[in-house]
Amino acid sequence: MSADTSHDTGHDTGHLPINAATDALLPDPGLAEHQWRPTDVDARAEKRAERQVATLFGLSAVATVLFVVFYITLKTGTDGHTFIGLGASNVALGTTLGLALLLIGLGVIQWARKLMGDHEISEQRHPAASSEEDRTATLAALNAGLEESGIGRRPLVRNSLLGSVALLAAPAVVMLRDLGPLPNQVVGEYPGAGLHHTIWAKGTRVVRDVVGTPIKASDIEIGDLFNAEPDGLFDLEGAELQIAKSKAAIVMLRMDPDDIISDVTRNWSVQGIVAYSKICTHVGCPISLNERTTHHLLCPCHQSTFDLADSGRVVFGPAGRHLPQLPLGVDDEGYLIALSDFLEPVGPSFWERNTKSPSEVAKELKS
Amino acid sequence: MRLLNRSAGRLSRHRRGPVAGLVVLLLGLLLTGGLYAAVSPSSSASSAEDDQALVKQGRELFLVGCAFCHGQNAEGQTDVNGKLIGPSLVGVGAAAVNFQVGTGRMPLAAPGQQGPAKPQTYSDDEISALAAYVASLAPGPAIPTEADYSTDGMTDAERQEAVVRGGQIFLTNCTACHNFTGAGGAMPRGGYAPSILNTSPRHIYEAMLTGPGPMDVFSNGNLSPDEKRDVIAYIQTMREQPSFGGFSLGNMGPVSEGLFAWLVGLGTCVAFAIWIAAHTTRSSKKKESQA
Amino acid sequence: MSIDTSRVATSNKTAANAAKPSKAGAAAQWADERLGLAAMGKKNLRKVFPDHWSFMLGEIALWSFVVLLLSGVFLTLWFRPSMAEVTYQGSYNPMRGLQMSEAFSSALNISFDVRGGLLMRQMHHWAAMLFIAAMMIHLLRVFFTGAHRKPRELNWVIGSLLLLLGTLEGFTGYSLPDDLLSGTGIRAADGFIKSIPIVGSYISFFLFGGEFPGESIIPRLYTIHVLLIPGLLLALIAAHMLLLVYHKHTQWAGPGRTEDNVVGYPMLPVYAAKAGGFFFIVFGVTALMGGLLSINPVWKFGPYDPTKVTAGSQPDWYMGWPDGALRIMPGWESHFWGSTWSWNIFLPIIVLPGLLFTVVLLLPFIEGWITGDKREHHLLQRPRNAPTRTATMVALMTLYGLFWTAGGNDIIAIRLHASINQITYFLRAAVFIGPVIAFLVTRRICISLQRHDNDLLLHGYETGVIMRTPEGSYYEKHLPISDVEAYTLTVRDRSAEQLTPAAGPDTNGVPAPQSKLGGLREKIRTLYYADDIDKPTHAELEEARHHAAHEAHELAALDGHSAEGHHFDGRHPVAEEPIRPEHHH
Repeated sequence: MSADTSHDTGHDTGHLPINAATDALLPDPGLAEHQWRPTDVDARAEKRAERQVATLFGLSAVATVLFVVFYITLKTGTDGHTFIGLGASNVALGTTLGLALLLIGLGVIQWARKLMGDHEISEQRHPAASSEEDRTATLAALNAGLEESGIGRRPLVRNSLLGSVALLAAPAVVMLRDLGPLPNQVVGEYPGAGLHHTIWAKGTRVVRDVVGTPIKASDIEIGDLFNAEPDGLFDLEGAELQIAKSKAAIVMLRMDPDDIISDVTRNWSVQGIVAYSKICTHVGCPISLNERTTHHLLCPCHQSTFDLADSGRVVFGPAGRHLPQLPLGVDDEGYLIALSDFLEPVGPSFWERNTKSPSEVAKELKS
Repeated sequence: MRLLNRSAGRLSRHRRGPVAGLVVLLLGLLLTGGLYAAVSPSSSASSAEDDQALVKQGRELFLVGCAFCHGQNAEGQTDVNGKLIGPSLVGVGAAAVNFQVGTGRMPLAAPGQQGPAKPQTYSDDEISALAAYVASLAPGPAIPTEADYSTDGMTDAERQEAVVRGGQIFLTNCTACHNFTGAGGAMPRGGYAPSILNTSPRHIYEAMLTGPGPMDVFSNGNLSPDEKRDVIAYIQTMREQPSFGGFSLGNMGPVSEGLFAWLVGLGTCVAFAIWIAAHTTRSSKKKESQA
Repeated sequence: MSIDTSRVATSNKTAANAAKPSKAGAAAQWADERLGLAAMGKKNLRKVFPDHWSFMLGEIALWSFVVLLLSGVFLTLWFRPSMAEVTYQGSYNPMRGLQMSEAFSSALNISFDVRGGLLMRQMHHWAAMLFIAAMMIHLLRVFFTGAHRKPRELNWVIGSLLLLLGTLEGFTGYSLPDDLLSGTGIRAADGFIKSIPIVGSYISFFLFGGEFPGESIIPRLYTIHVLLIPGLLLALIAAHMLLLVYHKHTQWAGPGRTEDNVVGYPMLPVYAAKAGGFFFIVFGVTALMGGLLSINPVWKFGPYDPTKVTAGSQPDWYMGWPDGALRIMPGWESHFWGSTWSWNIFLPIIVLPGLLFTVVLLLPFIEGWITGDKREHHLLQRPRNAPTRTATMVALMTLYGLFWTAGGNDIIAIRLHASINQITYFLRAAVFIGPVIAFLVTRRICISLQRHDNDLLLHGYETGVIMRTPEGSYYEKHLPISDVEAYTLTVRDRSAEQLTPAAGPDTNGVPAPQSKLGGLREKIRTLYYADDIDKPTHAELEEARHHAAHEAHELAALDGHSAEGHHFDGRHPVAEEPIRPEHHH
């Protein structure tokens, strides 16, 4: 080992080799002799490096000044300045700030690499474990403490303390109770409340999403796909609106009536117009990627695919259950309406859910 | 221009129900749109004789280039197994022809696949002739004119509202398949919703109107002409507006962002780490003080 | 620690001299009289840190965490974590007049009306991605080099917890702006929670303050994101660093580097400068990314609306792999007694991540149990010298990568013009087969590399110089490797020794277990070391050296007549070498 080896003087006493199992096939050549850098031996190289580092710091300062200039002069927002089709403010601020920081970093590192002393030194390791004396002393102290506290001799005191402290977990848990109501507590509190209901009801008109206008069956051509909502949804506000939307959204499309496969789907359709929940039965993404030619509806989140001609049967992907269909009818004025709420919960599964097949659901509607 | 928008925004703040206001306005727009559609002539003003010549020219082109798949009279064609080779074109209208041929999707290299957009094979005049022929078979959607999708002639406030509304309709009806910028997305079994980033306004309008390939139809009974115009206005606004945050990384969302975080972000940092730990050049000389 | 001032480059003429009374000295004395800094400084100011690029990967994570704290505080000045409905009136025109949550409105405000706000948002997001990515490659470096072995197992546990918390922190942050993508993420998370048997819908109602989406989730996630998890992260990072200082850094084997020492640069000045400089570099890289590369353009997604969705709905990359598992899972759902068991969601998104995280957390303990190795390790192992371990991690990485691929199956489908369905079917099989193949191939590669090391040691390296013997046959000239290289290659354990450590009591005097479990352990241990190539024995090395000496003697006769190509084979300093030396001995 070279003469540079230095030892930490703190723990040297009683030090044992940490890991002696490695058998040395060859002798350790020891740390290589230190080689100097050009900057150590050549005054001109040293000056050059010094100037280089200072230049990096100087350029950083220039970038910082530019940052402030750009901050003041460049306008943000849709009417803001642009630069080759990019938002000028963001690009200018990011670039100048980035350069200012980067140049400082480069300068400091160049300083360390070229100018700071670079002798490798060696430091002694110590086993992670404490020394035997330390362990003995600590155990003795611990025992003395325990002895004096009498925790071993007075089980009544000890156990009653442990019991009462353990019981304190109860308030911590109980106090979280008001985080939210239980699923069955919300039923009836607001329109369409609860996991089993939506705001659809018998006679609710189907309206276009975004604009909220009702839809006549005669408005719809074969191949048309509507993203629709129940009438009255847009009268709601805030959380009630969001909750209602998150369950009531539907996709409605018109196919050639001959394309319809299942009887349930046919019974609940009007002139080939069918409506399904837009909420995926997998984890609840809105789902409206319809392939008109096959009537297959794909979810963009996890690619579950449902057959809209066949009761929303799963044809591919991770969904475990068909897409609920909304029974459609027409009112006196020719507008499309729902014949009832969805007859099964929409959206993702939950444990209390009593899953039925589409035909079972259809029977229920008749009764 | 933008200042006017700002004041329009301030005005609307004082309305009690901004959604209700929007709905009233939309109803008005819908009504005028419907009236316009009812009174405007459905065919062009050119003379009947010219029309006949154009249809004839279109029929000739059709027999050479299209009839192989779509049948001699555009009635559609199936192979011996009953599998559809080319659908019937009766009633698809001039808009469908203008879209399919105008975006180069037709003629298809091989039947049965989803037609990719490519440089158009027919000249604009030939497309007009083909469209005239197909339109003569049965009534169908006509080719939209610039007036249908242009927001010229609107006040800035109106245009502003049209863009906002168009954005909502776009995000409700279009992004599910075509992605939030229109960069496209995957569909079942190898199908895809194509990128619409470079599609012309007229072709976007026609696509909504006719539902090409596996795409759904957004007929005028579904999205009114004004709503289609608003969607196009929003798409064009998004195209024209700068990329505020820097280069847009292909507009593919978090997947490309993750790729850049690893390759560019982490890659650069690791490269710097290698430089920091690398040994500097050494000299064979000894230091004078030690020599 | 002695300080040899001759080590310092002469340019440091103005190095602080503590003996001279100065203002700084006075301040230091003032502080020391109250804090006792000198005792701590004596021990730590010249603490040695070994220098290797791979030791700085954790630093990338640390510094990006600092960037996250700084940019995060900036964002909190304007962000309003509220789901109250407001009408947007800011300067982003295509949304003016739209109803949205206050959270999304303030996210737009930060992006368009606060100068530099978009930059900070993007830097915060990029730094978050970088933070977790850096933690992951740091974890890989530690495991591949065996730095997780005794006495560092607990630091491995802390590191794993940091990775878990970082991921949760990322997910909560991703959810805050209340844009379409983040809302879709929360909606999916609600679906995940509801899939938990028996208590799922209760947890969901507690978390959301009622039915999804309610108006509580964003304020609640905000508290978790800016207070709870950062607090835990800070505490764990502090513990991680304290243990690093206590154990002292591991080092690569080499001349003068043993299990008993640590060789490198002192904390002050070189390591402090390099680490400090690296902070500025990571900060700078993040700023450049924030300035030039758009991330999460919330204005393109619009406010969250439970009826809207976009193609390419993906989580950030670190949530991509469980999302991928969710995508390729078959749609299994059971129904009994009026209840629904959603295996298709519960298994891939709740059970699998928990299971894999537990495996990662326990890796050092599993390995320790198998090898029965109770010794401390401070010299790093090359990945090839622990073939089974290396292969295990490569198998895990393959599994991760395949799930990750599944998480982007729609993007892959559209970019490669492939079918989503085919990709999914392929990946369903690949997640089972891929890791096995990766394990076997990696293990074989490691063993080949071990063999190659032994060849180097015994027969020298291939010079690329072809020799022709007088008899007319050809062979490649081999030259012995340097003493330094040879020594470095031989500093490793023999697996044969490690196969039987249970023969006697271990260093702590605990007798070897004699149970059924012990028997199983012996079997696994045998498999663990199976086919490992040990370093040569003394006898083999002696014989090889003898042979080499003989060959060198024969070659000496040809010297001056053969090509001296080996001078330029990359193993010799050539700067001062003539192309053809006048005389070679």
